[in-house]
Amino acid sequence: MAAFGTPAGRPWQGRGGSAGFRFTLYAAVAVVVMYLDQRQHYLEQVRYVLQAAAYPIQLAVNSPPAAWRWIWQSFESRERLQAENARLRAAQRDLELRSMRYEALARENGELRGLHAALPPLADRWLAAQIVNIQLSSLRQRLLINRGAVNGVFKAQAVLDDRGLIGQTTHVGPWSAEVILITDPEHAVPVRIERTGLRTIAVGAGDATSLGLPYLPSNADIKSGDLLVTSGLGGVFPEGYPVARVTQVHRDAVQPLAQVRAEPLAHVDTDSEVMLVWFRADRPTAPTPTGKSLGELKSGIPSLQPQAVPPRPLPAAPGPPAATPQPARARPPAAVPRRPQATEPAAAPKAAEPKAATPQPATPQPATPQPATPQPATPQPATPEPPKQQPPSPQPDTSQAKEQR
Amino acid sequence: MSAPSGGRILFTAFMALVLTVLPLPPWLDVLRPVFLVLAVLFWSVNAPRSGDIALGFFAGLALDVFQGPVLGQHALALSLVTYIAVREHQRIRSKPAFQQALIVFAALAVYEFVLFAIDGWSGHPLTSPLRWVHTVTGALLWPPVAAILSYGSRGHA
Repeated sequence: MAAFGTPAGRPWQGRGGSAGFRFTLYAAVAVVVMYLDQRQHYLEQVRYVLQAAAYPIQLAVNSPPAAWRWIWQSFESRERLQAENARLRAAQRDLELRSMRYEALARENGELRGLHAALPPLADRWLAAQIVNIQLSSLRQRLLINRGAVNGVFKAQAVLDDRGLIGQTTHVGPWSAEVILITDPEHAVPVRIERTGLRTIAVGAGDATSLGLPYLPSNADIKSGDLLVTSGLGGVFPEGYPVARVTQVHRDAVQPLAQVRAEPLAHVDTDSEVMLVWFRADRPTAPTPTGKSLGELKSGIPSLQPQAVPPRPLPAAPGPPAATPQPARARPPAAVPRRPQATEPAAAPKAAEPKAATPQPATPQPATPQPATPQPATPQPATPEPPKQQPPSPQPDTSQAKEQR
Repeated sequence: MSAPSGGRILFTAFMALVLTVLPLPPWLDVLRPVFLVLAVLFWSVNAPRSGDIALGFFAGLALDVFQGPVLGQHALALSLVTYIAVREHQRIRSKPAFQQALIVFAALAVYEFVLFAIDGWSGHPLTSPLRWVHTVTGALLWPPVAAILSYGSRGHA
Protein backbone atom coordinates (compact mmCIF):
# COMPACT_ATOMS: atom_id res chain seq x y z
CA MET A 1 0.00 0.00 0.00
CA ALA A 2 2.69 2.35 0.99
CA ALA A 3 4.66 1.44 -2.04
CA PHE A 4 1.88 2.36 -4.35
CA GLY A 5 3.10 4.82 -6.92
CA THR A 6 6.36 5.41 -5.15
CA PRO A 7 9.71 4.81 -6.74
CA ALA A 8 10.07 1.83 -4.46
CA GLY A 9 8.12 -0.20 -6.94
CA ARG A 10 9.47 1.58 -9.95
CA PRO A 11 12.84 0.05 -10.57
CA TRP A 12 11.31 -3.34 -10.50
CA GLN A 13 8.39 -2.20 -12.52
CA GLY A 14 10.89 -0.86 -14.98
CA ARG A 15 11.94 -4.41 -15.50
CA GLY A 16 8.35 -5.27 -16.30
CA GLY A 17 9.45 -6.45 -19.66
CA SER A 18 11.76 -8.87 -18.01
CA ALA A 19 8.92 -10.13 -15.83
CA GLY A 20 7.07 -10.93 -18.99
CA PHE A 21 10.20 -12.51 -20.35
CA ARG A 22 10.61 -14.65 -17.25
CA PHE A 23 7.02 -15.69 -17.43
CA THR A 24 7.48 -16.70 -21.05
CA LEU A 25 10.52 -18.67 -20.05
CA TYR A 26 8.73 -20.54 -17.26
CA ALA A 27 5.70 -21.11 -19.40
CA ALA A 28 7.88 -22.54 -22.14
CA VAL A 29 9.57 -24.83 -19.65
CA ALA A 30 6.18 -25.96 -18.35
CA VAL A 31 4.93 -26.66 -21.85
CA VAL A 32 8.04 -28.62 -22.74
CA VAL A 33 7.78 -30.58 -19.52
CA MET A 34 4.16 -31.35 -20.28
CA TYR A 35 5.01 -32.46 -23.77
CA LEU A 36 7.80 -34.70 -22.61
CA ASP A 37 5.69 -36.19 -19.87
CA GLN A 38 2.56 -36.72 -21.87
CA ARG A 39 3.75 -37.65 -25.33
CA GLN A 40 7.25 -38.97 -24.92
CA HIS A 41 7.24 -40.41 -21.41
CA TYR A 42 10.77 -39.18 -20.94
CA LEU A 43 10.14 -38.00 -17.45
CA GLU A 44 9.42 -41.26 -15.71
CA GLN A 45 12.72 -40.98 -13.87
CA VAL A 46 12.00 -37.42 -12.82
CA ARG A 47 8.56 -38.37 -11.63
CA TYR A 48 10.07 -41.26 -9.76
CA VAL A 49 12.39 -38.96 -7.84
CA LEU A 50 9.70 -36.38 -7.23
CA GLN A 51 7.34 -39.02 -5.97
CA ALA A 52 10.02 -40.17 -3.55
CA ALA A 53 10.41 -36.59 -2.34
CA ALA A 54 6.68 -36.20 -1.90
CA TYR A 55 6.20 -39.42 0.02
CA PRO A 56 7.29 -38.09 3.44
CA ILE A 57 4.84 -35.23 3.12
CA GLN A 58 2.06 -37.57 2.18
CA LEU A 59 2.91 -39.80 5.10
CA ALA A 60 2.98 -36.87 7.48
CA VAL A 61 -0.25 -35.50 6.14
CA ASN A 62 -1.96 -38.78 6.73
CA SER A 63 -0.58 -39.23 10.22
CA PRO A 64 -3.42 -37.54 12.15
CA PRO A 65 -6.10 -39.85 10.72
CA ALA A 66 -3.78 -42.81 11.11
CA ALA A 67 -3.05 -41.89 14.72
CA TRP A 68 -6.74 -41.50 15.38
CA ARG A 69 -7.41 -44.92 13.92
CA TRP A 70 -4.61 -46.44 15.96
CA ILE A 71 -5.96 -44.96 19.18
CA TRP A 72 -9.44 -46.09 18.32
CA GLN A 73 -8.28 -49.61 17.65
CA SER A 74 -6.20 -49.85 20.77
CA PHE A 75 -9.26 -49.11 22.84
CA GLU A 76 -11.33 -51.77 21.23
CA SER A 77 -12.70 -54.20 23.68
CA ARG A 78 -11.43 -57.71 24.05
CA GLU A 79 -14.81 -59.24 23.33
CA ARG A 80 -15.14 -57.41 20.12
CA LEU A 81 -11.75 -58.55 18.99
CA GLN A 82 -12.53 -62.12 19.91
CA ALA A 83 -15.78 -62.01 18.05
CA GLU A 84 -14.04 -60.56 15.06
CA ASN A 85 -11.36 -63.18 15.27
CA ALA A 86 -13.91 -65.96 15.26
CA ARG A 87 -15.71 -64.42 12.37
CA LEU A 88 -12.52 -64.04 10.40
CA ARG A 89 -11.50 -67.59 11.09
CA ALA A 90 -14.81 -68.87 9.79
CA ALA A 91 -14.51 -66.68 6.76
CA GLN A 92 -11.02 -67.92 6.12
CA ARG A 93 -12.07 -71.53 6.29
CA ASP A 94 -14.82 -70.81 3.85
CA LEU A 95 -12.44 -69.03 1.53
CA GLU A 96 -9.88 -71.79 1.66
CA LEU A 97 -12.49 -74.29 0.66
CA ARG A 98 -13.56 -72.05 -2.12
CA SER A 99 -10.09 -71.44 -3.39
CA MET A 100 -9.39 -75.16 -3.50
CA ARG A 101 -12.51 -75.60 -5.48
CA TYR A 102 -11.56 -72.70 -7.66
CA GLU A 103 -8.15 -74.00 -8.52
CA ALA A 104 -9.54 -77.34 -9.48
CA LEU A 105 -12.14 -75.65 -11.62
CA ALA A 106 -9.65 -73.38 -13.25
CA ARG A 107 -7.39 -76.22 -14.20
CA GLU A 108 -10.20 -78.34 -15.39
CA ASN A 109 -11.81 -75.60 -17.39
CA GLY A 110 -8.60 -74.66 -19.09
CA GLU A 111 -7.85 -78.20 -20.00
CA LEU A 112 -11.37 -78.82 -21.05
CA ARG A 113 -10.82 -76.29 -23.73
CA GLY A 114 -7.51 -77.83 -24.59
CA LEU A 115 -6.03 -74.43 -24.27
CA HIS A 116 -3.00 -74.96 -22.17
CA ALA A 117 -1.35 -71.96 -23.67
CA ALA A 118 -4.35 -69.77 -23.20
CA LEU A 119 -5.44 -70.24 -19.66
CA PRO A 120 -6.81 -67.03 -18.31
CA PRO A 121 -3.98 -65.14 -16.76
CA LEU A 122 -4.46 -66.06 -13.16
CA ALA A 123 -2.76 -64.18 -10.44
CA ASP A 124 0.77 -65.38 -9.90
CA ARG A 125 1.74 -63.34 -6.93
CA TRP A 126 0.09 -61.09 -4.43
CA LEU A 127 1.35 -58.33 -2.25
CA ALA A 128 -0.60 -56.56 0.43
CA ALA A 129 -0.23 -52.80 0.64
CA GLN A 130 -1.37 -50.30 3.20
CA ILE A 131 -3.34 -47.30 2.12
CA VAL A 132 -1.37 -44.26 3.11
CA ASN A 133 -3.48 -41.51 1.70
CA ILE A 134 -6.86 -41.43 0.07
CA GLN A 135 -8.57 -38.90 -2.13
CA LEU A 136 -12.23 -39.43 -2.78
CA SER A 137 -13.50 -36.27 -4.32
CA SER A 138 -15.78 -36.27 -7.31
CA LEU A 139 -12.86 -35.13 -9.43
CA ARG A 140 -10.12 -37.40 -8.23
CA GLN A 141 -10.45 -40.84 -6.76
CA ARG A 142 -6.96 -41.91 -5.87
CA LEU A 143 -5.12 -43.88 -3.26
CA LEU A 144 -1.55 -43.73 -2.18
CA ILE A 145 -0.15 -47.06 -1.08
CA ASN A 146 3.04 -47.84 0.75
CA ARG A 147 4.51 -50.13 -1.89
CA GLY A 148 6.65 -48.92 -4.72
CA ALA A 149 9.27 -49.89 -7.20
CA VAL A 150 11.49 -51.46 -4.55
CA ASN A 151 8.72 -54.00 -4.02
CA GLY A 152 8.45 -54.63 -7.72
CA VAL A 153 5.35 -52.55 -8.27
CA PHE A 154 5.04 -51.30 -11.84
CA LYS A 155 2.89 -48.83 -13.66
CA ALA A 156 -0.58 -49.98 -14.65
CA GLN A 157 -0.66 -52.84 -12.18
CA ALA A 158 -3.99 -54.20 -11.06
CA VAL A 159 -5.06 -53.50 -7.48
CA LEU A 160 -7.75 -55.50 -5.73
CA ASP A 161 -9.28 -55.85 -2.34
CA ASP A 162 -10.91 -58.91 -0.90
CA ARG A 163 -14.19 -58.22 -2.63
CA GLY A 164 -13.22 -57.03 -6.05
CA LEU A 165 -11.24 -54.79 -8.29
CA ILE A 166 -10.14 -51.42 -6.95
CA GLY A 167 -8.02 -49.84 -9.63
CA GLN A 168 -4.57 -49.69 -11.10
CA THR A 169 -1.32 -47.93 -10.32
CA THR A 170 -0.64 -44.70 -12.17
CA HIS A 171 2.56 -43.27 -10.74
CA VAL A 172 5.11 -45.43 -9.05
CA GLY A 173 7.72 -44.05 -6.74
CA PRO A 174 10.40 -46.01 -4.94
CA TRP A 175 8.38 -46.59 -1.78
CA SER A 176 4.93 -45.54 -2.77
CA ALA A 177 2.56 -45.74 -5.66
CA GLU A 178 -0.50 -43.83 -6.66
CA VAL A 179 -3.56 -45.87 -7.50
CA ILE A 180 -6.31 -44.58 -9.71
CA LEU A 181 -9.60 -46.09 -8.64
CA ILE A 182 -12.08 -47.62 -11.01
CA THR A 183 -14.52 -44.98 -9.80
CA ASP A 184 -12.29 -42.10 -10.89
CA PRO A 185 -13.99 -40.18 -13.68
CA GLU A 186 -10.88 -40.62 -15.80
CA HIS A 187 -10.83 -44.38 -15.45
CA ALA A 188 -12.49 -47.05 -17.53
CA VAL A 189 -12.28 -50.77 -17.02
CA PRO A 190 -13.14 -53.41 -19.61
CA VAL A 191 -15.74 -55.71 -18.11
CA ARG A 192 -17.92 -58.62 -19.03
CA ILE A 193 -21.40 -59.30 -17.83
CA GLU A 194 -20.98 -62.61 -16.14
CA ARG A 195 -24.46 -63.89 -16.91
CA THR A 196 -24.39 -63.27 -20.65
CA GLY A 197 -20.72 -62.85 -21.51
CA LEU A 198 -21.45 -59.48 -23.06
CA ARG A 199 -18.40 -57.27 -23.01
CA THR A 200 -18.49 -53.57 -22.36
CA ILE A 201 -16.67 -50.82 -20.53
CA ALA A 202 -17.37 -49.51 -17.06
CA VAL A 203 -16.46 -45.88 -16.53
CA GLY A 204 -15.92 -44.22 -13.20
CA ALA A 205 -18.47 -41.65 -12.13
CA GLY A 206 -16.47 -39.76 -9.56
CA ASP A 207 -18.45 -41.35 -6.78
CA ALA A 208 -17.07 -44.14 -4.64
CA THR A 209 -20.27 -46.13 -4.93
CA SER A 210 -21.11 -46.02 -8.58
CA LEU A 211 -19.86 -46.85 -12.05
CA GLY A 212 -21.48 -46.07 -15.36
CA LEU A 213 -21.85 -48.37 -18.36
CA PRO A 214 -22.36 -45.79 -21.07
CA TYR A 215 -21.81 -47.94 -24.15
CA LEU A 216 -24.61 -50.45 -23.96
CA PRO A 217 -27.41 -50.28 -26.50
CA SER A 218 -30.95 -50.09 -25.21
CA ASN A 219 -31.70 -53.66 -26.18
CA ALA A 220 -28.64 -55.10 -24.44
CA ASP A 221 -29.34 -58.05 -22.24
CA ILE A 222 -28.56 -56.62 -18.86
CA LYS A 223 -30.59 -56.30 -15.74
CA SER A 224 -30.25 -55.15 -12.22
CA GLY A 225 -28.22 -57.55 -10.13
CA ASP A 226 -25.93 -58.71 -12.91
CA LEU A 227 -22.36 -59.23 -11.90
CA LEU A 228 -19.64 -57.49 -13.88
CA VAL A 229 -16.25 -59.17 -13.99
CA THR A 230 -13.05 -58.06 -15.63
CA SER A 231 -12.90 -59.21 -19.20
CA GLY A 232 -9.12 -59.24 -19.35
CA LEU A 233 -9.08 -57.23 -22.54
CA GLY A 234 -6.40 -54.62 -22.57
CA GLY A 235 -4.06 -56.78 -20.56
CA VAL A 236 -4.01 -54.60 -17.46
CA PHE A 237 -6.41 -56.52 -15.32
CA PRO A 238 -6.41 -60.27 -14.87
CA GLU A 239 -9.53 -61.85 -16.21
CA GLY A 240 -12.56 -62.91 -14.28
CA TYR A 241 -12.31 -60.81 -11.14
CA PRO A 242 -15.51 -59.29 -9.86
CA VAL A 243 -15.84 -55.58 -10.40
CA ALA A 244 -19.34 -54.38 -9.74
CA ARG A 245 -22.98 -55.30 -9.55
CA VAL A 246 -25.54 -53.62 -11.74
CA THR A 247 -27.89 -51.57 -9.63
CA GLN A 248 -30.03 -49.77 -12.10
CA VAL A 249 -30.90 -50.08 -15.77
CA HIS A 250 -32.81 -47.31 -17.39
CA ARG A 251 -34.06 -47.80 -20.93
CA ASP A 252 -35.46 -44.84 -22.74
CA ALA A 253 -37.16 -45.55 -26.03
CA VAL A 254 -35.83 -42.31 -27.42
CA GLN A 255 -32.24 -42.95 -26.48
CA PRO A 256 -30.15 -45.42 -28.46
CA LEU A 257 -28.11 -46.31 -25.40
CA ALA A 258 -29.26 -47.69 -22.11
CA GLN A 259 -28.32 -45.87 -18.95
CA VAL A 260 -26.81 -48.38 -16.63
CA ARG A 261 -25.31 -47.85 -13.19
CA ALA A 262 -23.36 -50.37 -11.23
CA GLU A 263 -22.03 -50.44 -7.71
CA PRO A 264 -18.40 -51.46 -7.23
CA LEU A 265 -17.99 -54.50 -5.04
CA ALA A 266 -14.80 -53.23 -3.46
CA HIS A 267 -15.35 -50.95 -0.50
CA VAL A 268 -12.69 -48.41 -1.12
CA ASP A 269 -13.86 -46.04 1.54
CA THR A 270 -13.54 -48.57 4.35
CA ASP A 271 -10.50 -50.53 3.27
CA SER A 272 -7.17 -50.01 4.89
CA GLU A 273 -5.34 -52.63 2.90
CA VAL A 274 -5.32 -53.55 -0.75
CA MET A 275 -3.69 -56.28 -2.80
CA LEU A 276 -1.35 -55.83 -5.72
CA VAL A 277 -1.49 -58.57 -8.31
CA TRP A 278 1.08 -59.97 -10.63
CA PHE A 279 -0.19 -62.16 -13.40
CA ARG A 280 1.35 -63.51 -16.51
CA ALA A 281 1.20 -60.60 -18.85
CA ASP A 282 2.42 -62.71 -21.73
CA ARG A 283 -1.00 -64.26 -21.79
CA PRO A 284 -3.06 -61.23 -22.39
CA THR A 285 -6.48 -62.71 -22.74
CA ALA A 286 -7.95 -66.11 -22.72
CA PRO A 287 -10.65 -66.00 -25.37
CA THR A 288 -8.72 -64.69 -28.36
CA PRO A 289 -6.04 -67.27 -29.13
CA THR A 290 -8.35 -70.04 -30.19
CA GLY A 291 -11.45 -68.28 -31.19
CA LYS A 292 -12.50 -71.10 -33.46
CA SER A 293 -12.54 -74.02 -31.16
CA LEU A 294 -13.85 -71.85 -28.42
CA GLY A 295 -16.75 -70.71 -30.49
CA GLU A 296 -17.69 -74.25 -31.23
CA LEU A 297 -17.38 -75.11 -27.65
CA LYS A 298 -19.65 -72.31 -26.72
CA SER A 299 -22.30 -73.28 -29.16
CA GLY A 300 -22.04 -76.90 -28.23
CA ILE A 301 -22.35 -76.62 -24.52
CA PRO A 302 -24.31 -73.67 -23.38
CA SER A 303 -23.61 -74.54 -19.80
CA LEU A 304 -19.95 -73.84 -20.35
CA GLN A 305 -20.50 -70.54 -22.00
CA PRO A 306 -18.70 -68.32 -19.54
CA GLN A 307 -15.21 -68.67 -20.86
CA ALA A 308 -13.29 -67.76 -17.81
CA VAL A 309 -13.55 -69.43 -14.50
CA PRO A 310 -15.89 -67.23 -12.63
CA PRO A 311 -15.34 -67.34 -8.93
CA ARG A 312 -18.45 -69.24 -8.02
CA PRO A 313 -17.11 -72.62 -7.28
CA LEU A 314 -19.88 -74.32 -5.43
CA PRO A 315 -22.68 -74.67 -7.97
CA ALA A 316 -20.48 -76.39 -10.51
CA ALA A 317 -19.71 -79.24 -8.20
CA PRO A 318 -21.06 -82.06 -10.37
CA GLY A 319 -19.07 -80.81 -13.30
CA PRO A 320 -15.48 -81.53 -12.42
CA PRO A 321 -15.58 -85.28 -11.91
CA ALA A 322 -17.26 -85.75 -15.25
CA ALA A 323 -14.75 -83.59 -16.93
CA THR A 324 -11.57 -84.58 -15.22
CA PRO A 325 -10.74 -87.46 -17.52
CA GLN A 326 -10.76 -85.04 -20.35
CA PRO A 327 -7.96 -82.79 -19.34
CA ALA A 328 -5.61 -85.71 -19.30
CA ARG A 329 -6.08 -86.00 -23.01
CA ALA A 330 -3.16 -84.07 -24.23
CA ARG A 331 -3.76 -81.20 -26.53
CA PRO A 332 -5.82 -81.90 -29.62
CA PRO A 333 -8.27 -79.08 -29.46
CA ALA A 334 -10.36 -80.53 -32.22
CA ALA A 335 -11.58 -83.20 -29.94
CA VAL A 336 -13.30 -80.64 -27.82
CA PRO A 337 -15.88 -79.23 -30.13
CA ARG A 338 -18.07 -82.30 -30.49
CA ARG A 339 -20.08 -82.54 -27.33
CA PRO A 340 -17.24 -83.47 -25.09
CA GLN A 341 -19.48 -84.50 -22.26
CA ALA A 342 -21.40 -87.05 -24.21
CA THR A 343 -18.44 -88.54 -26.02
CA GLU A 344 -16.46 -88.67 -22.90
CA PRO A 345 -15.35 -92.27 -23.13
CA ALA A 346 -14.94 -92.03 -26.84
CA ALA A 347 -12.88 -88.92 -26.71
CA ALA A 348 -10.40 -90.23 -24.24
CA PRO A 349 -9.40 -93.27 -26.25
CA LYS A 350 -9.27 -91.22 -29.36
CA ALA A 351 -6.77 -88.99 -27.78
CA ALA A 352 -4.88 -91.93 -26.48
CA GLU A 353 -4.87 -93.49 -29.86
CA PRO A 354 -2.59 -91.06 -31.69
CA LYS A 355 0.08 -91.68 -29.19
CA ALA A 356 -0.59 -95.37 -29.12
CA ALA A 357 -0.67 -95.77 -32.86
CA THR A 358 2.97 -94.98 -33.15
CA PRO A 359 3.39 -96.07 -36.77
CA GLN A 360 2.07 -92.71 -37.84
CA PRO A 361 4.64 -90.03 -37.22
CA ALA A 362 3.72 -87.69 -34.48
CA THR A 363 4.11 -84.67 -36.66
CA PRO A 364 0.52 -83.74 -37.31
CA GLN A 365 -0.37 -84.21 -33.73
CA PRO A 366 0.78 -81.03 -32.10
CA ALA A 367 -0.31 -78.04 -34.10
CA THR A 368 -2.95 -78.98 -36.59
CA PRO A 369 -6.38 -77.76 -35.70
CA GLN A 370 -8.16 -81.06 -36.08
CA PRO A 371 -5.47 -83.64 -35.76
CA ALA A 372 -7.40 -86.41 -34.15
CA THR A 373 -9.70 -87.38 -36.96
CA PRO A 374 -7.36 -87.41 -39.96
CA GLN A 375 -4.58 -89.07 -38.14
CA PRO A 376 -6.07 -92.51 -37.73
CA ALA A 377 -6.15 -92.54 -41.51
CA THR A 378 -9.72 -93.69 -41.36
CA PRO A 379 -11.70 -91.79 -43.94
CA GLN A 380 -14.94 -92.26 -42.05
CA PRO A 381 -16.03 -88.93 -40.71
CA ALA A 382 -17.91 -90.47 -37.83
CA THR A 383 -15.52 -89.41 -35.20
CA PRO A 384 -16.69 -91.40 -32.22
CA GLU A 385 -16.50 -94.72 -33.92
CA PRO A 386 -12.95 -95.20 -35.16
CA PRO A 387 -11.43 -94.56 -31.81
CA LYS A 388 -13.81 -97.00 -30.23
CA GLN A 389 -12.67 -99.72 -32.53
CA GLN A 390 -9.07 -98.93 -32.22
CA PRO A 391 -8.50 -98.69 -28.50
CA PRO A 392 -8.16 -102.44 -28.06
CA SER A 393 -5.50 -102.66 -30.75
CA PRO A 394 -2.87 -100.23 -29.47
CA GLN A 395 -0.20 -102.01 -27.57
CA PRO A 396 1.07 -99.47 -25.04
CA ASP A 397 -1.62 -99.77 -22.45
CA THR A 398 0.60 -97.90 -20.08
CA SER A 399 0.03 -94.58 -21.67
CA GLN A 400 -3.65 -95.22 -21.85
CA ALA A 401 -3.84 -96.17 -18.25
CA LYS A 402 -1.92 -93.13 -17.34
CA GLU A 403 -4.27 -90.95 -19.23
CA GLN A 404 -7.37 -92.49 -17.89
CA ARG A 405 -6.42 -91.75 -14.39
CA MET B 1 6.49 -2.54 2.44
CA SER B 2 8.49 -5.01 4.40
CA ALA B 3 10.20 -7.67 2.41
CA PRO B 4 9.45 -10.96 4.09
CA SER B 5 12.24 -13.46 4.28
CA GLY B 6 12.41 -16.26 1.80
CA GLY B 7 12.10 -18.71 4.64
CA ARG B 8 8.80 -17.25 5.69
CA ILE B 9 7.45 -17.52 2.17
CA LEU B 10 8.64 -21.07 1.79
CA PHE B 11 7.25 -22.08 5.16
CA THR B 12 3.80 -20.67 4.45
CA ALA B 13 3.85 -22.19 0.98
CA PHE B 14 4.74 -25.54 2.48
CA MET B 15 1.95 -25.34 5.04
CA ALA B 16 -0.44 -24.36 2.28
CA LEU B 17 0.69 -27.40 0.30
CA VAL B 18 0.05 -29.63 3.30
CA LEU B 19 -3.43 -28.15 3.67
CA THR B 20 -4.01 -28.73 -0.02
CA VAL B 21 -3.19 -32.42 0.06
CA LEU B 22 -4.59 -33.20 3.50
CA PRO B 23 -7.09 -36.03 3.18
CA LEU B 24 -10.62 -34.80 3.72
CA PRO B 25 -14.06 -36.31 3.38
CA PRO B 26 -15.31 -36.06 -0.20
CA TRP B 27 -17.87 -33.32 0.29
CA LEU B 28 -15.31 -31.16 2.04
CA ASP B 29 -12.69 -32.00 -0.54
CA VAL B 30 -14.77 -30.43 -3.28
CA LEU B 31 -15.17 -27.27 -1.25
CA ARG B 32 -11.52 -27.01 -0.31
CA PRO B 33 -9.74 -24.15 -2.02
CA VAL B 34 -6.26 -24.71 -3.38
CA PHE B 35 -4.51 -23.09 -0.46
CA LEU B 36 -1.18 -23.16 -2.19
CA VAL B 37 -2.50 -20.97 -4.99
CA LEU B 38 -3.91 -18.56 -2.45
CA ALA B 39 -0.58 -18.36 -0.67
CA VAL B 40 1.31 -17.84 -3.91
CA LEU B 41 -1.15 -15.15 -4.92
CA PHE B 42 -0.72 -13.43 -1.58
CA TRP B 43 3.05 -13.36 -1.82
CA SER B 44 2.98 -12.36 -5.46
CA VAL B 45 0.89 -9.35 -4.58
CA ASN B 46 2.56 -8.42 -1.33
CA ALA B 47 6.16 -9.37 -1.99
CA PRO B 48 6.45 -9.50 -5.75
CA ARG B 49 10.22 -9.33 -5.73
CA SER B 50 10.81 -12.08 -3.22
CA GLY B 51 8.78 -14.79 -4.82
CA ASP B 52 8.41 -13.77 -8.39
CA ILE B 53 7.24 -16.17 -11.05
CA ALA B 54 9.64 -18.84 -9.91
CA LEU B 55 7.54 -19.25 -6.76
CA GLY B 56 4.47 -19.88 -8.88
CA PHE B 57 6.30 -22.27 -11.15
CA PHE B 58 7.76 -24.44 -8.43
CA ALA B 59 4.61 -24.38 -6.33
CA GLY B 60 2.77 -25.55 -9.41
CA LEU B 61 5.31 -28.27 -9.95
CA ALA B 62 4.74 -29.44 -6.38
CA LEU B 63 1.02 -29.58 -7.03
CA ASP B 64 1.71 -31.56 -10.16
CA VAL B 65 3.60 -34.15 -8.20
CA PHE B 66 0.76 -34.53 -5.75
CA GLN B 67 -2.25 -34.36 -7.97
CA GLY B 68 -1.43 -33.64 -11.58
CA PRO B 69 -2.10 -36.06 -14.38
CA VAL B 70 0.55 -34.30 -16.45
CA LEU B 71 3.76 -32.90 -15.05
CA GLY B 72 3.89 -29.17 -15.74
CA GLN B 73 0.16 -28.58 -15.86
CA HIS B 74 -0.24 -26.78 -12.57
CA ALA B 75 3.17 -25.21 -13.10
CA LEU B 76 1.98 -23.48 -16.24
CA ALA B 77 -1.33 -22.40 -14.76
CA LEU B 78 0.24 -21.08 -11.60
CA SER B 79 3.04 -19.32 -13.49
CA LEU B 80 0.44 -17.47 -15.50
CA VAL B 81 -1.56 -16.46 -12.45
CA THR B 82 1.60 -15.43 -10.63
CA TYR B 83 2.69 -13.36 -13.57
CA ILE B 84 -0.61 -11.53 -13.66
CA ALA B 85 -0.55 -10.99 -9.92
CA VAL B 86 3.04 -9.74 -9.95
CA ARG B 87 2.34 -7.39 -12.82
CA GLU B 88 -0.76 -5.94 -11.20
CA HIS B 89 0.36 -6.21 -7.61
CA GLN B 90 0.18 -2.51 -6.91
CA ARG B 91 -3.30 -2.13 -8.23
CA ILE B 92 -4.49 -5.25 -6.44
CA ARG B 93 -2.88 -4.29 -3.16
CA SER B 94 -4.59 -0.94 -3.10
CA LYS B 95 -8.04 -2.45 -3.32
CA PRO B 96 -10.25 -3.11 -0.33
CA ALA B 97 -10.59 -6.68 0.81
CA PHE B 98 -13.82 -7.58 -0.92
CA GLN B 99 -12.57 -6.27 -4.26
CA GLN B 100 -9.41 -8.22 -3.73
CA ALA B 101 -11.56 -11.27 -3.21
CA LEU B 102 -13.23 -10.63 -6.54
CA ILE B 103 -9.86 -10.35 -8.23
CA VAL B 104 -8.77 -13.55 -6.54
CA PHE B 105 -11.89 -15.21 -7.86
CA ALA B 106 -10.99 -14.11 -11.37
CA ALA B 107 -7.42 -15.31 -10.91
CA LEU B 108 -8.59 -18.69 -9.65
CA ALA B 109 -10.96 -18.96 -12.58
CA VAL B 110 -8.08 -18.30 -14.96
CA TYR B 111 -6.02 -20.87 -13.12
CA GLU B 112 -8.74 -23.48 -13.26
CA PHE B 113 -9.44 -22.71 -16.90
CA VAL B 114 -5.83 -23.36 -17.84
CA LEU B 115 -5.98 -26.66 -15.99
CA PHE B 116 -9.25 -27.45 -17.69
CA ALA B 117 -7.84 -26.71 -21.13
CA ILE B 118 -4.73 -28.78 -20.54
CA ASP B 119 -6.87 -31.60 -19.20
CA GLY B 120 -8.79 -31.53 -22.42
CA TRP B 121 -5.71 -31.48 -24.61
CA SER B 122 -3.93 -34.18 -22.74
CA GLY B 123 -6.84 -36.56 -22.82
CA HIS B 124 -8.04 -36.36 -19.23
CA PRO B 125 -11.32 -34.60 -19.80
CA LEU B 126 -13.01 -33.82 -16.54
CA THR B 127 -16.13 -31.89 -17.24
CA SER B 128 -17.77 -32.04 -13.84
CA PRO B 129 -18.90 -28.56 -12.84
CA LEU B 130 -17.68 -29.34 -9.34
CA ARG B 131 -14.13 -28.60 -10.37
CA TRP B 132 -15.00 -24.90 -10.39
CA VAL B 133 -16.35 -24.83 -6.86
CA HIS B 134 -12.98 -24.13 -5.32
CA THR B 135 -12.70 -20.82 -7.15
CA VAL B 136 -15.68 -19.54 -5.18
CA THR B 137 -14.59 -20.90 -1.82
CA GLY B 138 -11.07 -19.67 -2.48
CA ALA B 139 -12.33 -16.15 -3.07
CA LEU B 140 -14.50 -16.34 0.03
CA LEU B 141 -11.57 -17.50 2.11
CA TRP B 142 -9.22 -14.90 0.72
CA PRO B 143 -9.70 -12.25 3.46
CA PRO B 144 -8.93 -14.61 6.36
CA VAL B 145 -6.06 -16.23 4.45
CA ALA B 146 -4.58 -12.84 3.68
CA ALA B 147 -4.99 -11.79 7.30
CA ILE B 148 -3.23 -14.90 8.54
CA LEU B 149 -0.39 -14.60 6.06
CA SER B 150 0.20 -10.95 6.82
CA TYR B 151 0.09 -11.57 10.54
CA GLY B 152 3.32 -10.50 12.14
CA SER B 153 4.65 -8.60 9.21
CA ARG B 154 4.38 -4.86 9.14
CA GLY B 155 3.47 -2.47 6.44
CA HIS B 156 0.47 -4.19 4.97
CA ALA B 157 -2.79 -2.49 4.42
